[in-house]
Amino acid sequence: MTASAWIMLLCVWGVVLFFSAYFLWRVFTLPQRTDDSQQ
Amino acid sequence: MSQSTNRSSLPNDLPGQPTAEHWATRIGLVLAMAGNAIGLGNFIRFPAQAAQNGGGAFLIPYLVAFVLMGIPLLWVEWAIGRYGGMYGHHSAPGMLDKMGRYRWLKYIGVFGIFTNFGIAAWYCYVESWTLAYAWHSFIGTFQGATAATTRPIPPATFFPIYRGEHEASLFALPREALAFFLVTLIVNVYILSKGVSKGIETTAKIGMPLLFLFAIILVITGLSLEPGHGNVKESPWVGLNFIWQPNLDGLRNPTVWLAAAGQIFFTLSVGIGCVQAYASYVGRSQDIALNASSAGWLNEFAEVILGGSLVIPIATAYLGLEAVRASTGSGSGFALGFFTLPELFNNWGWFAPIAGIMWFGLLFIAALTSSLAMGQPILAFFEDEFGVSRKGASLIFGGVTLGLGFFCVWLLPGGAFDEFDFWTGTFALVVFALAEIFIFGWIFGMNRGWDEITRGADIEVPIVFRYIIQYITPLFILVVFVGAMVKPEDGWGEAFASLGDGRGWPFAADSVIGMVTHKGAARHEWFDPRTGYATRILVQDLTRALLLLVFLACAFLVWLAWRRKGRIKA
Repeated sequence: MTASAWIMLLCVWGVVLFFSAYFLWRVFTLPQRTDDSQQ
Repeated sequence: MSQSTNRSSLPNDLPGQPTAEHWATRIGLVLAMAGNAIGLGNFIRFPAQAAQNGGGAFLIPYLVAFVLMGIPLLWVEWAIGRYGGMYGHHSAPGMLDKMGRYRWLKYIGVFGIFTNFGIAAWYCYVESWTLAYAWHSFIGTFQGATAATTRPIPPATFFPIYRGEHEASLFALPREALAFFLVTLIVNVYILSKGVSKGIETTAKIGMPLLFLFAIILVITGLSLEPGHGNVKESPWVGLNFIWQPNLDGLRNPTVWLAAAGQIFFTLSVGIGCVQAYASYVGRSQDIALNASSAGWLNEFAEVILGGSLVIPIATAYLGLEAVRASTGSGSGFALGFFTLPELFNNWGWFAPIAGIMWFGLLFIAALTSSLAMGQPILAFFEDEFGVSRKGASLIFGGVTLGLGFFCVWLLPGGAFDEFDFWTGTFALVVFALAEIFIFGWIFGMNRGWDEITRGADIEVPIVFRYIIQYITPLFILVVFVGAMVKPEDGWGEAFASLGDGRGWPFAADSVIGMVTHKGAARHEWFDPRTGYATRILVQDLTRALLLLVFLACAFLVWLAWRRKGRIKA
């Protein structure tokens, strides 16, 4: 892989991995409610 | 990010939530919504689109489109869905009807029924191919395939026979394809009939982890291939380099931007009416901002990281970069995914049938979780507006999809399938997205709209998105819409030069106007004057007439439902 391809890959993978992991972690760690009646 | 809980703006005329349906868990909802978005396009279309449109540089407009159009549309569709759900509406006509005082709003919602019928017809058929390929991988149809023998049979030879394209007629009926299509429909109808939580959510909770597991195993196996071992010609990392090498010239090309925006539409399943339907089962003061973000980014993980590292690196390893470059030249990775990959798995010895089952299994799960999402708004429409039982509504969905799908299967060689794909899977969803973002920002109003998005939010939504949703996203979609209408044959520069020279605008054959006028067709008659046989033009025009009839039938049902309600109230 060329250096520019590596830079693109690492930047985009970094952004995607960070946000997908962060939001999923928030979903897992917050109460598992989707219905008002469960409050 | 701090936790924001704006619960102050609930409408005060709510009838409550008359439905017993709801999501059992939050993670189930996110997985089902991610399953809706993650489809065949993530693993087959995306890598080819990236390779065709500037490699790594494609990812820049792609991510810009995701942030300025994809994420805002997701939030808007979740908000419309949850808002409609408060009034007991779980499909687009009822939801949009509640967003303003205009009577025509509910007819915009017809797209949210029609598009699902139209896409489900051909999508379930493609889904059935993945099931058939998984089955044939299991029984060893493709193992040890050579061009000289008929069985085992190469996947590329198998496919046209399977689809009935070997018959010298536009009207050949492929029996095996029809059988797998029926099995696929029965699976969909059965799961849908079980309900939102027990059917759709359970499928997503089992299917999505399996999908990720299969994809990760295949990615690791593929990237571990070493040149010189077995038939490996080239390092799979050369294939990865092909996808990620940035060609920055592409950033100045409007076609690349349109392709990136189109891919975002395609991959997030926005503009169809499924996201709204799923979101309508979320409680009125429960979070949508975080859930939507999580599902959207999970889809990006599946597409950019897993989808981008699977087909092309493995194909490059065994075939070499030039063959892969030629195969993805059209922007479709279909041939690589369905023909090349199952044959290449034969190099993996005892693991070959397992790899085949994993590959087509993950494609089947991806397709199934998406087709279930297409069924849900249709079921909800008949349940909410006509009082049909869940099982009855499931059968209606199955029956209509079978009818429309049969048309697709039967007349595929004549071009019916491509017509369904274009008008429902490409055109209608952009029209609906444009209409709904306008209704949300300008008729429902951005003040109320912003309250809807942020009410109960478990993340703080940046205020800049209020303005992006109102101004930037509609403009973005409008550009995509106009671009699709007038897409030129070659470059945009050449097209403007042609217009300036008085030679007219050279519409591409796959532009909306090019499609309407059958641009590029050798002949425009319905019947061949020499042989008297029907031509592709006849099949294409018949398909368009059928789709128009389906749209009008959906609009009639909406009219009938509201007339019925008016009588009940009176």
